[in-house]
Amino acid sequence: MITLMINGKQISVLEGTTIMNAAKQAQIDIPHLCYLEGLEPEYHCRVCCVEIAGEPRLAPSCVREVTEGMKVQTNSARVRRARRVIVELLLANHLIECPVCERNQTCELLKLAFELGVKEIRFEGERAHYELDETSPAIIRDPNKCVLCGRCVRVCHDVQTVSVLSLVNRGLETKVATYMENGLGNVECTTCGQCIHVCPVGAIKERSAVDEVWAALANPGKHTVVQEAPAMRASLGEELGLPPGTLVAGKMHAALRRLGFNTVFDTNFSADLTIIEEAAELVKRVKEGGVLPQITSCSPGWIKFMEHFYPDLIPHVSTCKSPQQMFGALAKTYYAEKAGIDPAKVVSVSIMPCTAKKFEAQRPEMRASGFQDVDYVLTTRELARMIKEAGIDFASLPDEPADELMGLYSGAGTIFGATGGVMEAALRTAYKLVTGREAEKIDIEPVRGLDGVKATIVNIDGLEVQVAVAHGLGNARKLLDEVRAGKSPYHFIEIMACPGGCVGGGGQPIGFNMVLRGIRGQTLYSEDRRLPHRRSHDNPSIIKIYQDYLKEPLGEKSHHLLHTKYTKRGRV
Amino acid sequence: MEKLLTRNVGKADSADIEVYLAGGGYQALKKALGMKSGDVIEEVKKSRLVGRGGAVFPTGLKWELTRKISTEQRVSPWMPREEPPSGWRAASKFIVCNADEGEPGTFKDRILLLNDPHMLLEALAIAGYAIGTTQGFIYIRGEYYREIEALEKALKQAKAKGYLGNNILGSGFSFDLMLYRGAGSYVCGEETALIESMEGNRGCPDCRPPFPAQRGFMGRPTVINNVETLCNIPSIMVNGGEWYSRIGSPDSPGPKLFCLSGHVNKPGVYELPMNITLGELIQNYGGGVKGEFKAALPGGVSSSLLTDLKVKLDYKSVAKAGSMLGSGAVIVLNKDTSIIDVAKNTIDFFTGESCAKCSVCREGTRRAGEMLARFANSGGRAKDIDLLLELGEVMYDTACCGLGQASMNVTTSAIKLFRGEFEQRLAK
Amino acid sequence: MSKALWRAKVDEVIKQWGKVREALLPCLEAAQEASGYVPQEAISYLRENLDVPAVDIYGVITFYGMLTTEEQGKYVIRLCDSLPCHLNDSDGMLAVVERESGVKAGETSPDKKFTLEVVPCLGLCDKAPAMMINDKIYGNLTEGAVKQIFSKLKK
Repeated sequence: MITLMINGKQISVLEGTTIMNAAKQAQIDIPHLCYLEGLEPEYHCRVCCVEIAGEPRLAPSCVREVTEGMKVQTNSARVRRARRVIVELLLANHLIECPVCERNQTCELLKLAFELGVKEIRFEGERAHYELDETSPAIIRDPNKCVLCGRCVRVCHDVQTVSVLSLVNRGLETKVATYMENGLGNVECTTCGQCIHVCPVGAIKERSAVDEVWAALANPGKHTVVQEAPAMRASLGEELGLPPGTLVAGKMHAALRRLGFNTVFDTNFSADLTIIEEAAELVKRVKEGGVLPQITSCSPGWIKFMEHFYPDLIPHVSTCKSPQQMFGALAKTYYAEKAGIDPAKVVSVSIMPCTAKKFEAQRPEMRASGFQDVDYVLTTRELARMIKEAGIDFASLPDEPADELMGLYSGAGTIFGATGGVMEAALRTAYKLVTGREAEKIDIEPVRGLDGVKATIVNIDGLEVQVAVAHGLGNARKLLDEVRAGKSPYHFIEIMACPGGCVGGGGQPIGFNMVLRGIRGQTLYSEDRRLPHRRSHDNPSIIKIYQDYLKEPLGEKSHHLLHTKYTKRGRV
Repeated sequence: MEKLLTRNVGKADSADIEVYLAGGGYQALKKALGMKSGDVIEEVKKSRLVGRGGAVFPTGLKWELTRKISTEQRVSPWMPREEPPSGWRAASKFIVCNADEGEPGTFKDRILLLNDPHMLLEALAIAGYAIGTTQGFIYIRGEYYREIEALEKALKQAKAKGYLGNNILGSGFSFDLMLYRGAGSYVCGEETALIESMEGNRGCPDCRPPFPAQRGFMGRPTVINNVETLCNIPSIMVNGGEWYSRIGSPDSPGPKLFCLSGHVNKPGVYELPMNITLGELIQNYGGGVKGEFKAALPGGVSSSLLTDLKVKLDYKSVAKAGSMLGSGAVIVLNKDTSIIDVAKNTIDFFTGESCAKCSVCREGTRRAGEMLARFANSGGRAKDIDLLLELGEVMYDTACCGLGQASMNVTTSAIKLFRGEFEQRLAK
Repeated sequence: MSKALWRAKVDEVIKQWGKVREALLPCLEAAQEASGYVPQEAISYLRENLDVPAVDIYGVITFYGMLTTEEQGKYVIRLCDSLPCHLNDSDGMLAVVERESGVKAGETSPDKKFTLEVVPCLGLCDKAPAMMINDKIYGNLTEGAVKQIFSKLKK
């Protein structure tokens, strides 16, 4: 233990603790900008500087480790002056358009300027003028707002191990850019959107579909159909004044109706559908000696990652579409038929915690209905703003169910949003497929939780099924490298691109906080426990769609509407 | 004072090993190899030699700290694809010679590298022996083509004669040297940036502590010494540390290579003891000022302006006069020089060379340059004068490395010593 | 033709240093020397062999003054404008060099003969004002000296 003084208060901490973390124990939150818990500190911003007695200069508290007898001042006049000047310097080179900036509620620079008492920006001069990077269908970068904190580079390199961003040039021309400045859309960007979460300002954001959706809602000639991802019901409330983890499924359906959507379904229905198809596919591969391990395919960020970095593993990936896309294909076929609506008039909108879904919706092969299956994707953040714009008092809304045809769902469908959820849901159904009986214990705890890689063995009537779950692409690599080397012991692997699973998706309420992501995941598991049906194959709407329309899993209609192919993509 | 460092400069074929040997070369290495490595370091400590690259850290202490660190193997974050580490990767510690001479006004290392490369190689071998490492590097700036060639030739010769490589002179000590070329970046002369550069990254400095002696190249203990610093080592070995400590100024013993440039009649490298005054250097060696003396920068553009010709050019006296001797790059300014123009030129230099990692240096030099440009165009703002001073203080306080910390020295001292010039350039 | 040359030189460096990230800068220098810039094929080659992300390699190239992703002229002129040279009229020399070479600072001539860069201190302060053209140094520049240098090069 090391004993030191912080602001005159004596505290004791473990050796190797940084001054910043030690200060927390003294109830001091040292102001910072580029530091983010979960990322390696790189002291770009210098805001976290503190005074150490006996040293001529200020020290960066995010990296500096404590030593015995150290005397630290975190808020002397000298330190406070330095922080203000640093923020002034950053603001002087920042595109200041706070009233119209999407991040003005969560901007860390704005917060710092206010909290540090910055009164004026005395440095008047040139600001850099860069073009926006709008090459990606999902993510837009605005270098004019970038404060060069390096967080996006760190999350892309170290956590997601995709590495498409770096600082380039030197001196005044330094900026964050992609390879040869080709743009995110032209490199291996998976569109996972974690960079949006770590950006402290509005330099990275999703490509918005809000205007198009308002237009569709207002168009009397269009029939708007909406689906909402499993993760939505555990997250939307956060953006609308409710505590994190509040289950808002009912209010969500109610809000969407009040926004003017003609039909409100739910992606959880097609999550159940995905399970029926995918469990059947898994059992088939096991029985017929197909390629194993089978790897889930509902995370489009993971799919793009696979297409760039592991195209040799395409045979392992399930041919099932994601729930979003299965739904999209059926909305303009099954639903349009049943409801007697001209499919050309159907506008299919999805609400997702995900930025990669925007990329997925416009993949050229996602036109099984004869039209673009999913027309627009809105993130959690975008929907919340629309609800605010419409003046809907979300917290006071009554609970409403989704329309049943493609809106009734089981607990297995809802847990998709948490890491391990797809795996558990699939196993619940696979058990029945193999044995003809239901498993005694419905919950499969070992695949739940925030560990990067989880593995367990499930005994299905003597058959030892080895399964693994990874979330975050860096963790995914661990399993994938094993598969590539031919050394994977697993039959079935679930991969989610985002840490935490979909509840940590690029479209979620801003934050890289794993605790929050865990809380959202827990909400989904508690909804699962309270639902009348907990297995996908028990969902009456699922039983109905096979009876009336699809006939059988992996059948011809399924094959045409619900399964897909992948594209080998190169490296730069 | 007899010349130690530049004794071979001017001799025909001075870079050739035969000429070096004929002049007593590689005797120091022989002597060192016959001593205990701890005793070698003791001699260096006794000499009170300090770093000549600008940081002025006691060399013996640096070697001792590195020698003492436990050699638990640490690997670089990017594991090699090939199997067990061999060759240079097997060393548990490293010695690196910093030949990335880039401070404007400094050109002494080039003279040594071109004319007496063996002196450096011998010094590195001694250093490797003292610290306990088998692998050394010379990080040399890419623009020094002739010097690189001279080093490559000298390395070949030294290896051929057995002064480098396996089992040097039958001592059992093996030591290999590799050249590492820089690619055009001033900031890579900073220790931690140099290490980042060698590791295949952008040359952005790291926070210190930890120091390279604790965690350096590839995470292993690394000594980084300037060329001139190392070139003192052979003399120290041959004549003893105590003898060296009595040369020249008692506070800053040993010879110093002063680089004289700017408005002087005889610019060049002068090897002199450090008890010489600024005026004596310019007058007796530099052939006097071209015009009338206004001010001088004793340590290149990272130091503050000096106007007192009577200041002794040792580290303490220069610091007491409010400046820094650093690498000894003395740039002389005459009375026709606009001090604002000088300040702007130095800020532009730092703005371009800033690695841009830390906000303070990147944005601070940018804004300082703009403010100075306004003064240069007679459109200065009154409040900017004090704002520049405030900015200088904050940059000194918070910049990550010496570049940012020192970048405002010229500007700040210009305002303090020549405020009138700034006030003359205010907007009407 | 130059592709084979960069490949051979880069392989030499890899042989000496190993397939490791620490070899990146030497490999890039080898490619730059062979081709006059770092071709994208070389970047891909290094990405594969040294296991370094392409954008990192790009970030490293753009950091260093002597590495470029675009082809440079046959003669790369580096004129110093740091303080000692500046005090000895490097601005005046720049005007002369621009005139004689026909290229403006920061540009390459259309016929790819000259690239002109204004660079920081080259360590030639005792010969100020000074410049380098490729690996040759030219110090104590005067208008006349510069004219002579370029009349030779332009032949």
